[in-house]
Amino acid sequence: MIRENIRMAWLTVISHKMRSFLTILGIVIGTASIIALMTIISGVTDSINEEVATFGADRMTVQIEDASKSGVSVAELERLEAIDGVRSVSPTTTQQTDVYVTAQTSTQSVVGKSDTYFDDSTVATGRGLTPVDLEQQTHVALLGDTLAKEAFPTTSPLGETIVVGGIRYTVVGTLAPSSEFSMSTDEAIVIPVTTALQQFHQNTIASFDIYTEAGQSETVNEAVTQQLTTAFNGRDTFTVTSFEDALASIDQINALLSMLLVGIASISLLVGGIGIMNMMLVSVTERTSEIGLRKALGATPGKIRQQFLFESVLLSLLGGFIGVVVGGLLAFGLTLVMGVPFTLASSTIGLALGFSILIGVVFGYIPARKASNLQPIEALRNA
Amino acid sequence: MTFIEVEALTKTYGLGDNAQTVLRGIDLEIQEGEFVAILGPSGSGKSTLMNILGCLDGYTSGRYRFGDKDVTGLSETELSLFRNKQIGFIFQQFNLLPRLSAYSNVELPLIYQRSSKADRQVRTKQMLTRVGLGDKIDAFPNQLSGGQQQRVAIARALVTNPSLLLADEPTGALDQANGRQIMELFHDLHAEGKTIIMITHDIDIAREATRIVHVRDGKIEKEERVR
Repeated sequence: MIRENIRMAWLTVISHKMRSFLTILGIVIGTASIIALMTIISGVTDSINEEVATFGADRMTVQIEDASKSGVSVAELERLEAIDGVRSVSPTTTQQTDVYVTAQTSTQSVVGKSDTYFDDSTVATGRGLTPVDLEQQTHVALLGDTLAKEAFPTTSPLGETIVVGGIRYTVVGTLAPSSEFSMSTDEAIVIPVTTALQQFHQNTIASFDIYTEAGQSETVNEAVTQQLTTAFNGRDTFTVTSFEDALASIDQINALLSMLLVGIASISLLVGGIGIMNMMLVSVTERTSEIGLRKALGATPGKIRQQFLFESVLLSLLGGFIGVVVGGLLAFGLTLVMGVPFTLASSTIGLALGFSILIGVVFGYIPARKASNLQPIEALRNA
Repeated sequence: MTFIEVEALTKTYGLGDNAQTVLRGIDLEIQEGEFVAILGPSGSGKSTLMNILGCLDGYTSGRYRFGDKDVTGLSETELSLFRNKQIGFIFQQFNLLPRLSAYSNVELPLIYQRSSKADRQVRTKQMLTRVGLGDKIDAFPNQLSGGQQQRVAIARALVTNPSLLLADEPTGALDQANGRQIMELFHDLHAEGKTIIMITHDIDIAREATRIVHVRDGKIEKEERVR
């Protein structure tokens, strides 16, 4: 009986190809947009998580914005480094200054960093800064990714000499391209922070990163905040941003997007469902004599209801299926363009198809009931 | 043995001032194995009578016994199952489903009976062969002549082996030759012992039966034994 129902429903659907297609268009669009958006959101989330995983969720950034005091001293940084759970503190100073590279002078960002900033993910070629560089305030530099490629398109910059603010530096390395989640160093020149403080006559640092032991970020955040509050005499003129904060706000955006998505999807699926209901009602009217005949031949009201429900579910499922394919292709194209990973989760597909079936049942019920309530005699009279 | 027994059957459509009485007290007995023609002009109530006898329509008052069963008060679902088992319908316009092949059309009542696929296959083919369409089982209605379509419809009516065959103007849409063939088929079925009720307005067709029941203005005018 179920096989017969499916066969009958299929026959009806394909005998009105254009009509069936237009009927399911709403479901197709609804499902395709759900699939595409869900896939893209999950792709973006994945790429953010991946970024965070490689770049460290155990990092927090401190920015000082005090009018009277432009930053913290090196001694204060050492005290922060002594806090339980802190792995290292990586200060950053930034200065705009004239730089002479390969017979050209231009204004560039000169960024002071400490040895703790460097690892395999930040250094592209050559070496990073070492504790010796920091201690002895050596005149060595690393070039940002873009800068290195522009200034030395064919040769290696390693060992070359550049002039920063009138002082000669030796290039010892180049930096890997910046992550999207930190200040870009692609155009910058990185030198030891101690050298930078000395050369630019500064003694405080306005920005630094704190690397924490795994899982310690919350307690460290509190301790750092407390210590800095004391250092600034109770004035709250600094911000501590941890990656966990960033992740939380990303999660929030995700939740908001998902809610928006559910809203859009509900509306388009509602419209699609109404389209199916409308078509099914027309179909019931058109097939009054068929229904009457089937009843005369022994179809019970239940069987007729079943037949029409199968038809509406087949329509909506077909729409859902086409929507999954279209949405999948769309998402594939967009993720490719956006450069985020593409994964079409089977749970997403299942959800979309499940929803389609639900719509078929919900919006097919009224037409199916109408069909099943037709009196055989009324129905046959229209033959 | 009395197979169908109708007593004081009335049927009124509508209510109040619009009420229209179509049947005004029909008494009718039909024996098992009889071939009865119900003859009357259009508007006589014969179609209403047929619908009631076929359990397609209810009646306003009276009694209707079919076999040993009183069909009064059966639910819609029970009536469907009852029709499926007991009554084979043949219509003037054949009423085949255009999207289904001859085979699938004939198979339909068996599907509603939940017969097994193997059983359906045997009985459907057997019945199509019986009506002389063994070579047309895959044809669609629009590929068949009127006479062939009516024979498919007869095969469909017979496939569940019902105890009553109910035909409404079975030759009404056919030419003489095809109509003749259908009547021959009816005679064969009658000879095999099927009970047949045929509704018609054509006295010549009615004379093919063994008994003619004349209906006029919702009443039985007279009964006439032909053979």
